[in-house]
Amino acid sequence: MSALLTLDKISVSYGRIQAVREVSVSIEPGQIVTIIGPNGAGKTTLMLAAIGLLASSGAMRYLGEDLAGVDVEARVERGMCLVPERRELFHDMNVEDNLTLGAYSRRAKAEIGRDLDDVFDRFPRLKERRRQLAGTLSGGERQMLALGRALMAKPRLLLLDEPSLGLAPLIVREIFKTIASLRSLGISILLVEQNARAALETADVGYVLETGQVTQQGAASELIGDPKLIAAYLGGH
Amino acid sequence: MTFDIAAILAVDGIASGAIYALVAIGTVLLFSVTRVMFVPFGDLAAFTALTLAALDDGKTPGTVNLVIALAVLAFAMEALALVRAGKMKMLPRAALFYLVIPIAVALAVRLLAPATPPLPVRLIMALALIVPVAPLLDRIVFRPVADAPVLVLLIIAVALHFALVGLGLLFFGPEGVRTQPLTSWSTEILGAMVSGQTVCIVIAAVALSALLYVGFEFTLTGKALRATSSNRTGARLMGVRPARAGTIAYVLSSILAGVSGLLIAPVNTIFYDSGFLIGLKAFVGAIIGGLHSYPGAAIGAVIVGLLESFASFASSSLKDVIVFSVLVPILVWRSLVSVHIEEEDEE
Repeated sequence: MSALLTLDKISVSYGRIQAVREVSVSIEPGQIVTIIGPNGAGKTTLMLAAIGLLASSGAMRYLGEDLAGVDVEARVERGMCLVPERRELFHDMNVEDNLTLGAYSRRAKAEIGRDLDDVFDRFPRLKERRRQLAGTLSGGERQMLALGRALMAKPRLLLLDEPSLGLAPLIVREIFKTIASLRSLGISILLVEQNARAALETADVGYVLETGQVTQQGAASELIGDPKLIAAYLGGH
Repeated sequence: MTFDIAAILAVDGIASGAIYALVAIGTVLLFSVTRVMFVPFGDLAAFTALTLAALDDGKTPGTVNLVIALAVLAFAMEALALVRAGKMKMLPRAALFYLVIPIAVALAVRLLAPATPPLPVRLIMALALIVPVAPLLDRIVFRPVADAPVLVLLIIAVALHFALVGLGLLFFGPEGVRTQPLTSWSTEILGAMVSGQTVCIVIAAVALSALLYVGFEFTLTGKALRATSSNRTGARLMGVRPARAGTIAYVLSSILAGVSGLLIAPVNTIFYDSGFLIGLKAFVGAIIGGLHSYPGAAIGAVIVGLLESFASFASSSLKDVIVFSVLVPILVWRSLVSVHIEEEDEE
């Protein structure tokens, strides 16, 4: 089976500082792949490069197509969707409008109503707050809105950057349950997380990113039992 | 001051306030979507008035050549950018929007102008001719520096204003114009004479504002524009292209500027350089409204119109001084009460 997305020796620099060095990651259709690692390892940088918000060197292929020269908006139209670490919601617009805009790239206006209902079924809290401005939501609700907005795009590949960041443990569990349930929709996921245990429990394959480089990779079930990893990232949980 | 005089001044103030409101709403729209403080906005209004005056005389307006020149330049830049990026497939589309449509409009106006068609047709011709100007200028001037800081964009906009005033002198000449009122009908409200023109102005301002409101609230394109002004990165991640949103904003606000030009042409004598004062007064209105609220901008603009009207009664030579002096306390008040709006909004 050919990979959905391959990142081949991707490097990203901020000026002279190289934040990501020759990282290669591959995602098969239907897989959940996670990239774990400490703060400042370059995880977010890699995600921004993958969606095209940051320039990078190396090769990216999505559905067999070279992504060089394909801008962010065109990647979104092809079915890639990033839920960024900063969420990037439309704070002065209400929940329903935020979700509606998620479907912008699909140009399928007729389906928006039905898809809205699907998202509201998944996140009943959003339905209660559909007329409320996004800026007035709590942290957990904002993450749900960011996820729901991404789902409105009907993505093939969802890039999730730190979905559990700054959330209460109970909500973190809920978010990970949602992520696992997306598998049944046929959505492949590239998940970047500091919460290594929860990420590895959800994913099929894991990569460990440290100071911009992949130091370890393998089946998530193996990584979760690796004593070195337990000591470094999983000990506290 | 008697009540009668106050009523006359109020009617006058509301009429010019409504015109400023259209320009102010356009200014806010452009600023929030493109981050460009489009200083030459008033120039567009003045150019529309000058275009209409030329059409009234059965002459070919200077705008025809201006649009053709801008279209050729904009297409050349777009074509070069596309060829460099290896996106030859997009050339025909670019040619249609940057070259064919603007030049077709310009040539149609040139063809029709000598026949002096009836007034409603002339109004549409003037408007159709002015609408492509700002989107073409956007492609030529602002697109290459789209990611520049707001201040750089502002400085470029100021330079563009001076360039446009120069072009205005070249294309329209130094004479001032005043066109026929849209209607000679008039009525009396509370003892004050209200001309049909004033009624037209207020109706047009209200109708266009309502249309914009409906568009922003209920259409996906309108929501995409709001999203772009709310969070550019978020909008891009949903597939909304800022450049495209910008073009739509330029077209919409050009219509507002054009209509205000058509409405002001019979009220004030308009010269090639009259636009700056119109734009500046609208800007004061927009500032009163906080620069990110459409109703705020409209109310602010009406306040400016009323202020100007009453100031001109007190001392006609000092009316502009009075209007712009008000800006100082308003800016102080604004900076004290309103939360500072960062360029990138924070979580």
